[in-house]
Amino acid sequence: MSLLQVSDLQVRFETEDGTVKAVDGVSFEVDAGETLGIVGESGCGKSVANLTILGLTRGQNTTVSGSAMFEGEDLIATDTEQLQRVRGNEIAMIFQDPLSSLHPFYKVGAQLVEAITVHQDIGRDKARARAVELLELVGVPAPERRVDDYPHEFSGGMRQRAMIAMALANDPKLLIADEPTTALDVTTQAQILQLLERLQDELGMAVILVTHDLGVIAETADRVLVMYAGRIVEQGTLDEIFYDPQHPYTWGLLGSLTRLDRPRPERLPQIRGLPPSLLFPPEGCHFRPRCPHVHKQCEKVPPLESRLPEAPAHLDRCWLEPEKKRSLRVVEDRIGLEEPAA
Amino acid sequence: MLRYIVRRVLWGIGLLFIVSALVFLIFYALPSGDPAAARAGRLATPQEIDRIRETLGLDKPIYVQYWYYVRDLILHFDFGFSYESNAPVRELIFDRLPATMSLVSGAVILWLAAAFPVGIISAVRQRSAFDRATMITTLALYSAPVFWLGLVLLYLFADDIGQFPIFPGQGTYTPISSGVFHWASALILPWIVLAGASAAIYARYLRSSLIDVMGEDYIRTARAKGLGERRVIMRHGVRSAITPIVTLLGIDIGLLLAGNAILTESVFNIPGVGRLVFTAIDRSDLPVIQGVVLFGAFFIITFSLIVDIAYAYLDPRVRYA
Repeated sequence: MSLLQVSDLQVRFETEDGTVKAVDGVSFEVDAGETLGIVGESGCGKSVANLTILGLTRGQNTTVSGSAMFEGEDLIATDTEQLQRVRGNEIAMIFQDPLSSLHPFYKVGAQLVEAITVHQDIGRDKARARAVELLELVGVPAPERRVDDYPHEFSGGMRQRAMIAMALANDPKLLIADEPTTALDVTTQAQILQLLERLQDELGMAVILVTHDLGVIAETADRVLVMYAGRIVEQGTLDEIFYDPQHPYTWGLLGSLTRLDRPRPERLPQIRGLPPSLLFPPEGCHFRPRCPHVHKQCEKVPPLESRLPEAPAHLDRCWLEPEKKRSLRVVEDRIGLEEPAA
Repeated sequence: MLRYIVRRVLWGIGLLFIVSALVFLIFYALPSGDPAAARAGRLATPQEIDRIRETLGLDKPIYVQYWYYVRDLILHFDFGFSYESNAPVRELIFDRLPATMSLVSGAVILWLAAAFPVGIISAVRQRSAFDRATMITTLALYSAPVFWLGLVLLYLFADDIGQFPIFPGQGTYTPISSGVFHWASALILPWIVLAGASAAIYARYLRSSLIDVMGEDYIRTARAKGLGERRVIMRHGVRSAITPIVTLLGIDIGLLLAGNAILTESVFNIPGVGRLVFTAIDRSDLPVIQGVVLFGAFFIITFSLIVDIAYAYLDPRVRYA
């Protein structure tokens, strides 16, 4: 049985301009100990979906439906008080910008202690000792001294380590990492990813890694969800997504990666156009306006289903025949998305 | 930090000199009437006026007069004598300060006590009925002129002319030394009047500051940790939202002690600093004006220094060198 099972999650925001369908029927599951990568452009709903699992998008203007079963409990339906017992305890979350995500007025140690004592009934001294231990675990040097520093006295990478330490405070079963490396420079990114991998091995927790960076996915994920405009467009194992991608959007993402083993292209490949407005998404397949392989059938929403007999867990949302896809996706000897003539 | 404070204090002293020189200059540049003639009375001969001018030192050039003033101030903490009543200015001000301080301190406590709950609740329950009602009330409160609000309250609640005579009215102020109860009850209406507009402004300020803060990433982190909403709001939200309020508070207290409470003092006939300087301006009583302005400048400089020091404690990112 999976650790977290999300079914038909829908998140809508009422705005002055109309209803934004930020997440439009997303279903997925996470097994204990695995790393699920969720990849997509800004605004595709990947963060909102994960924030909603912890109830962090609840508000007057938000409508949520669907379910998120975690240990026999539906996190979407449960009340906020019950959710508070889950947050930071069984499911922890870390965010993109560690500077703005830590409170600027409290010492790092105090923020760690708060995360511990809210779920554990232990004294301040013990909590502080645990805070030092956590900082050490995530590789902050001289933790017994740094525990009394303020966030602005930490470097970017150290701040993200402190955030991770805070998330680990109560041995969560699931860690949701929302763009954990986006605000960091490249060398620090690699260190943070290695740290997450090491901690996952040591602590045996599951990780949902939300990112727009396929490179990050390639290094860490076991399984991958590709999201576009509020929907999952493809899902499969890391190898399936990277070596046998079925959805044209995935081809476009893979095609826009720069590769060191190929000559440098004149201009980096890109996907033409912009993601659709979630206020007025296109009828049918959301990727239709940008897809060079669009045809009549695309006016209907393709179901997310397995189209490959040999890989029943590899799902996608594209009407094209698998054989046709395999020929269409090869652009200049590599996987990519053909650009229509300008 | 210490270096910073010393530097600020020296700057403050320099500023006080500039302020005093400016008041001197303005007083002489403006056609404010001849203090010697005013002092001598209506039937005085020119000789008498000259004699008074000589005793007061008004026949000397302005820079000599200024020099005497500054010298006495530094050596003896002597602000000179009122042209009008001949009493030492220092005494006049010290007599009036307790009344102003009583008025201001009570009003500050009152407006903070009102503004905090209102500001916090209306920020957290944005666009609720409570929020709309208080935002309209606060708009009305700070649009209401102090003298009007004062008269309305007197008409309603003063024990002599009021429709519901429950509080002492005009001219009932007594110093705290002659009984705390009477002191406080006589000040209730003035406190409400003086606090009204500020309570409204502070509530709105806190509301918008807290709304901004509640959108910060670290508030999301606090929620993601599993903290209860009350703790998220108070420990993480309000803690950040008060810093701009502290700035405002420092300036307001300084200004009110410097004489800005004059309207309230006038409506309720409270013998405070505001009314002292008002009379002094009316009678061209330079030493009193000069003294009050210097005290006022002193309060403003002091409170802005206190605010800046408080900032370093409120926000650990602020460091002075």
